[in-house]
Amino acid sequence: MLLRTAISRPEKFSMYWKETMRQMDDIGVGSIIIVSIIAIFIGAVTAVQFAYQLDGTLVPRWYIGYIVRDSTIIELAPTISCLVLAGKVGSNIAAEIGGMRQKEHIDAMEIMGVNTASYLILPKVIAGLVMIPILVCMAAFISILGGYLSSVVGGLITHEEYLRGLRSFFSDHNVVMMVIKSLVFAFILTTVSAYQGYYVKGGSIELGQASTQAVVYSDILILLADYVIALLLTQ
Amino acid sequence: MIRAVDIRKSFGETEVLKGISMTFEKGKTNLIIGRSGAGKTVLLKLLVGLMEPTQGEIWYGNDNFSEMEKKQRRAIRMEVGMLFQGSALFDSMTVEENVRFPLDMFTNMTRKEKQKQVDYCLERVELVGANKKFPSETSGGMQKRVGIARSIVLNPKYLFCDEPNSGLDPKTALLIDELIKRITYENEMTTIINTHDMNSVMEIGDNIALLYLGELAWQGNKSEVLDSDNELLQDFIFASPFLQRLRDAALQNTK
Repeated sequence: MLLRTAISRPEKFSMYWKETMRQMDDIGVGSIIIVSIIAIFIGAVTAVQFAYQLDGTLVPRWYIGYIVRDSTIIELAPTISCLVLAGKVGSNIAAEIGGMRQKEHIDAMEIMGVNTASYLILPKVIAGLVMIPILVCMAAFISILGGYLSSVVGGLITHEEYLRGLRSFFSDHNVVMMVIKSLVFAFILTTVSAYQGYYVKGGSIELGQASTQAVVYSDILILLADYVIALLLTQ
Repeated sequence: MIRAVDIRKSFGETEVLKGISMTFEKGKTNLIIGRSGAGKTVLLKLLVGLMEPTQGEIWYGNDNFSEMEKKQRRAIRMEVGMLFQGSALFDSMTVEENVRFPLDMFTNMTRKEKQKQVDYCLERVELVGANKKFPSETSGGMQKRVGIARSIVLNPKYLFCDEPNSGLDPKTALLIDELIKRITYENEMTTIINTHDMNSVMEIGDNIALLYLGELAWQGNKSEVLDSDNELLQDFIFASPFLQRLRDAALQNTK
């Protein structure tokens, strides 16, 4: 019901646009560093561990590039990035909206005639749907770079071997899957967190609980959605 | 004018308001007073539509607010200003942006027109020069004045004030009272003030309603307070021995 109220005609398009831009900056630009750090280590660790598993087997070592690329694109970049973003962005959304509820900012807007569900939630959802897929694509790229650094610079395989792996068996369906996952996860983490914040009651303890619940519920739903998407798109 | 007709409100088994009927007159300061837990804030929230009554009706002029659709209520709310107990100023916005927010959201005024209206409202609350300050950089009294400026920026017909003097020193509280009174008279607004500040009662109480345990215990105006023999009112207004001595002295002088 909250979502239905949120998705309605804006009172003033320019105000919603301004708020959406602010949220894009918060959610997108504000998350670049954390997503980059996580992505580079995901790629690096995947490459090192796969090299360890290949040791003494007949599987060619250039498969490292292929495995890093596909595991990153299909699973690690969208899922790990969004789990982390649920912690960073989700808790922030819940705390921001919940704080506004407690300080009577939402009541003040309601009395002015503002559709608060729409003004406070819709820009966050749109900003998440636009920025999170971009962050996930960036994470995938940086992960592959991390894999390169750990395997090539680390001396596990050569530059040519890694590139050969990267260029082998490429399926653009995997990229589509990554984008679909990131869109679904973005929707989950923004709406669940906004809901938790919007209906917060009580004081600072309840606000903290709402923020925690936003992260926990978002994480569980993201993992569940990950499974369902994997089932549907890999048939 | 706003009318409350047989308003009841329950939370679970607890009935907080037990059939309140009263009229809030246009161009006057209508005060709702009472001890903590008497139901003042609940009544105010029902009047502005932040809560729904369990029973009863609220009328804005000739319009039944209780039966309105959400869209119709939004239209009415454009005519409502409210000053919150904690001011409810948006932390991320400056004083000027806070006051301009309703104009940005609901009008198609040019930037210049908006600025003129914002400056006019800030001038009325005597806050010239504070435009670029953030709420955190202003005192409690200034925040209340910004709250008043924001609530009158759309020239509302109705002004609601929830504990406008709470947390303020007596001198600043008087200034806020004076300001609300002046704006009410000049703009011919229906102003409803929820307070337990006795200075406000005696200074600006055109109409006063005392709530006691969710019921209307007394109604009158500031000049009737001293003469009233309503025990609940006397206990509430002149709660301390100091105030009781002042009342007795005042009564002695009038005799």
